[in-house]
Amino acid sequence: MSTFRGKTFVYGDDINTDVIFPGRYLNVFDPAEMAKHAMEDLDKDFVKNAAVGDIVVAGKYFGCGSSREQAATCLKAVGISVVIAKSFARIFYRNAINQGLAIMICPGIDEIVQMGDQLEVDPTSGVIKNLTRGGERTAKPLPPFIMGILNDGGLIPHLQKSMKSA
Amino acid sequence: MGKTMAEKILAKAAKSRDVSPGDLLDVYPDVAMSHENAGLVSKVFKTIGVKKLYDSDRIVIIFDHRVPAESVKTAEGHKAVRDFVRENGIRNFFDINVGICHQVLPEYGFCRPGEVLVGTDSHTTTHGAFGVFSTGIGATEMAAVWATGKLWMMVPESIKIVTKGNFKPGVYSKDLILHLIGKLRADGADYLSVEFYGEAIEKMSIASRMVLTNLSMEMGAKAAMVPPDAKTIEYVKSVTNKPFDVVIADSDAKYRQVVEIDLSRLDPQVACPHGVDNVKPVSEIAGLPIHQALLGSCTNGRLEDLEIGAKLLAGRKINREVRMIVIPASWKVYREAIDKGYISTFIDAGAVIVNPGCGPCLGAHEGLLAGGERCISSTNRNFKGRMGSTEAEVYLASPSTVVASAIAGKITLPEVSS
Repeated sequence: MSTFRGKTFVYGDDINTDVIFPGRYLNVFDPAEMAKHAMEDLDKDFVKNAAVGDIVVAGKYFGCGSSREQAATCLKAVGISVVIAKSFARIFYRNAINQGLAIMICPGIDEIVQMGDQLEVDPTSGVIKNLTRGGERTAKPLPPFIMGILNDGGLIPHLQKSMKSA
Repeated sequence: MGKTMAEKILAKAAKSRDVSPGDLLDVYPDVAMSHENAGLVSKVFKTIGVKKLYDSDRIVIIFDHRVPAESVKTAEGHKAVRDFVRENGIRNFFDINVGICHQVLPEYGFCRPGEVLVGTDSHTTTHGAFGVFSTGIGATEMAAVWATGKLWMMVPESIKIVTKGNFKPGVYSKDLILHLIGKLRADGADYLSVEFYGEAIEKMSIASRMVLTNLSMEMGAKAAMVPPDAKTIEYVKSVTNKPFDVVIADSDAKYRQVVEIDLSRLDPQVACPHGVDNVKPVSEIAGLPIHQALLGSCTNGRLEDLEIGAKLLAGRKINREVRMIVIPASWKVYREAIDKGYISTFIDAGAVIVNPGCGPCLGAHEGLLAGGERCISSTNRNFKGRMGSTEAEVYLASPSTVVASAIAGKITLPEVSS
């Protein structure tokens, strides 16, 4: 994966999947339509202000609650390049990887980022640089097999690749 | 070194002799459950390029989130799943007239001790009440399970919960698990497996054990289990002929944390807005006026929950300022509640009975809240906007507290009969 550059949307701890993608839209299966409702109950301006390549930064336990995959898919469909959080809830972690949405675990991220800052993120080395106000942190590396799924673009392309080589 | 339930069950499912926390396994689940999101699963499955399902008999599909269809969009989704079920010969399909997935799975014999169950629903932890390693996954992952029969799993560390003593009158398993969530917090068991022990757990009904394992998700648990005993085995044998092997932890198993709870000191609890770990004793917030009371859900919509409600309401009326909604967890539960007269009691008291399903719990339909309204509910989540308006408030409590509050018109400690 190449380097990500984008402006940040910064949120707090325990951001749950109900506010990322509200239950009233769970009958939506089309990513383009999912994108219209991303973060709707947390930040009504998110969809309007987010551009392709932008970055979501959050505190601990991002994506807790429901197993709804739309919570990861809608962020990817909006164009979010990577979600950086102090920690993730396990189902969201798997859903993001499976959707090919990059995630990074970085316990000190809140110390160097404020809403709207420009970040430069190298997903391979884990180095996160704040281009707006300086400061740098390094995310914990993801296990190699997880990076393998991400590098293939998600679980389905990864599976198709392994079936071809089998 | 002894092994936990999670370690022993996952080792068996991965056909591996010995596993430890942190090991990465290819696990073959015995049961793979989806609800309406089978629509999304089947859509992804069709993109993989395999011609047939790995094993259609391991797949269970149960409609519950929006039943009957509340919109054309949902109706189209239901239709697409019915077509897929027919075309692929999936026998274990339950349409809109059976109940909530987490109640239907045990009722129809899909929760067998010692097995692995995955579901595209976070509250899939519920089935650990039968000694099943049972966990939630997303739709794409489920599509891969349908195609290959397997998924990767990291063997988790475990937390051991040990209760001491017995519940005081008016205090239930819901109060215990809310208290634990408040203590360990929303992420206290993230990535971990939880096991429940103690005299009170052994005495507890299967339904009450399911409350513990269902809500363990709200402290992040990957799985939550009650060791199977004679009660479990009797129930499972009454619903399936399929053989199963009971798995219990070794007495010298290694736990990351052991939490002891003295039940003699536990009072009724309530989770306040907007997090399930924002837990207080009911006494601390008693007196707050409510607009709606909800008795139902995969957490507390079983016969014993309806019985508690009906006994409190017999010969009484719900407060004029309160709308009360009752949702039996399944049509089997509904039928029994009719036979026992509970449903008549609810109707006479002024409650609205909704057909079995998830109802308003996840904000889809059948009793949503307006801005400024407050609901006390026996369900499992109180996130902002969960049950309607983002300006509404949801308080989570036991069926007893919910019904006592519906009668009083305000959040109230349950009555204790002497």
